[in-house]
Amino acid sequence: MVTDVTNRPRSGSASAKAAPPRRVISRWLTFRRSVLPTATLWVLVTLMGFPLLWFLLSSVKHPGELFSFPLTFFPREWSLDGYQRAWERLDFVQYFTNTLIVASVTTFLTVFLCAAAGYALAKYKNPWLAVFGLCILTMTMLPGEIMLNPMFVVVRDLGMYNSLWGVIMPSIVTPTGVFMFRQFFVSVPDELIDAARIDGARELSIFFRIMIPLAKPILLTLAVISFQWRWNDYIFPLIILSDPDRFTLQIALRTLIGAENIDWSILLAASVISMIPLVVIYLVFQRYITSSNLSAGLKD
Amino acid sequence: MTTLTSAPSAGPELRKEVSGRRRRRPKYRLAPAILIAGAAILFALFFFWPGVLGLAYSLTDYRGYGDWDFVGLENYRGLIGDPEFYRALGRTMVYALFSVPLGYALALAMAVTITNPRARGKTPARIIFFLPWLVSPIVTGVIWRWMFGENFGFVNYMITSLGGERLSWSTNADLSLAVVVFASAWAGAAFNMLLFIAALSNVPISLYEAAELDGAGPWRKFRSITLPSIAPTSVLVILLLTLGQMKEFAMIQALNGGGPGTANRLMIQYIYETGFERAAMGYASAASMIFLVVLLALAFIQLMVSRRGKAKAW
Repeated sequence: MVTDVTNRPRSGSASAKAAPPRRVISRWLTFRRSVLPTATLWVLVTLMGFPLLWFLLSSVKHPGELFSFPLTFFPREWSLDGYQRAWERLDFVQYFTNTLIVASVTTFLTVFLCAAAGYALAKYKNPWLAVFGLCILTMTMLPGEIMLNPMFVVVRDLGMYNSLWGVIMPSIVTPTGVFMFRQFFVSVPDELIDAARIDGARELSIFFRIMIPLAKPILLTLAVISFQWRWNDYIFPLIILSDPDRFTLQIALRTLIGAENIDWSILLAASVISMIPLVVIYLVFQRYITSSNLSAGLKD
Repeated sequence: MTTLTSAPSAGPELRKEVSGRRRRRPKYRLAPAILIAGAAILFALFFFWPGVLGLAYSLTDYRGYGDWDFVGLENYRGLIGDPEFYRALGRTMVYALFSVPLGYALALAMAVTITNPRARGKTPARIIFFLPWLVSPIVTGVIWRWMFGENFGFVNYMITSLGGERLSWSTNADLSLAVVVFASAWAGAAFNMLLFIAALSNVPISLYEAAELDGAGPWRKFRSITLPSIAPTSVLVILLLTLGQMKEFAMIQALNGGGPGTANRLMIQYIYETGFERAAMGYASAASMIFLVVLLALAFIQLMVSRRGKAKAW
């Protein structure tokens, strides 16, 4: 009898599923063998899921119940009181709009510029491109956060202080994005480009007409990642935005945390609200993240 | 398509590729220039220029506004004798020292269990594993602060219910940092898990079958086959984790604000507070420059170690 000898994915899982157990004893064997891996998996799931679950359940507890001992897992009295007060306290519509503008404009530009740069790095050769590639590589090693103060001065001198553009512009170019695209385009055969050239296609239209559609999976993956990054960005909006009307969500949340006495009921609810759009987007696009080979770009 | 084959060093790979393409006539100049123009301009404006400016400011007493004087290496001299600076730098290192191994182990454990064909319920597990990745650093801070509240938190409640003493998660500096370490491992695990899943799926299955014939147990297989096979990804994950932890700011800000007191103030927070709250931009820029050298050294050491390790593995 051929048994599934490995604890490996791919062919392992295929054979385990494809061959239905013929005898009861082999079914029992399969069950017994899956106990330990399944238990380990679900221990980890509990570890990862619990903080989030506790946080969500706490946010729908009645404010008086949050600190009343003994603590109960499920709310004794379900209440959306925190949500209602959080919605009144913070101008969520404004913050959602600001964050949405920042995240989507940045994501669009990131995807476009990183695709172009990654394509150039993959398919053209000249010394300047090599220098440019090295420049992008240094960005991986040195996050912009380190140069917080001069970054602020640059943004201010460009007249973008306290404007959403000041948050958008510095975070557009990401080395991860450039290398993801470079790695992908390296795998596209040169013959494709040569054929297009013979057919008389211009260089840039090869990029726009052939390469962009080809790179759609990478494009969507980077778009989802980039949107998540920008939605959750904190430090640059913090130093660049000063007018509460221009705050992004994360900065607005900070005003709740920075208070002398934290109103946990409001803070928990506001935190949950701030996550909703991202969770929705993730649920729609999750396959582009979880099925993609992220390491493609990151490994550089 | 894209596979994971080499360590995160673009250097040799880039060179190899360039030489491989030598046969191509180098007549395309305009197109690549246009393609990289946008990224290059933004790089120059928002990376190169701040870098140069930071270096320049570090030699002045600039306050962020008004006039400034050239002070030479005065800022650097000040930093060398500044215990606050050392504390921030040291704390950042301690933080990385604990959170990188924990983050690595957690992500790897998640990847290994979720790729195990015998484990049941992988689809919901995958979604739950992934949710923390969506949570912003600020909200991560809120969640863990809530869990580890000294008087009201779930963790202390469990400890006292089981008959233990309450732990001072927010007034003890080391325990407070421990919470930050847990939170960062939790928040960063999903992304690294993806990298590991990709690497694990590239390990030839025949290796495991051969080991099985030789009577190797699961742990032995993991140690002797899985770990060496995913070594390049491990290096990448450790490098990414280290760099990520070095710039930790938002999460700790929401979790304990660098507290108690300033005990857990990490480097970025130190640079932020020095530059913006104390309005000592020159001084903060000097700190940035020192930190930058530290980061470069760390990345360099890791790449060197990985290169040697790889030669040994194969």
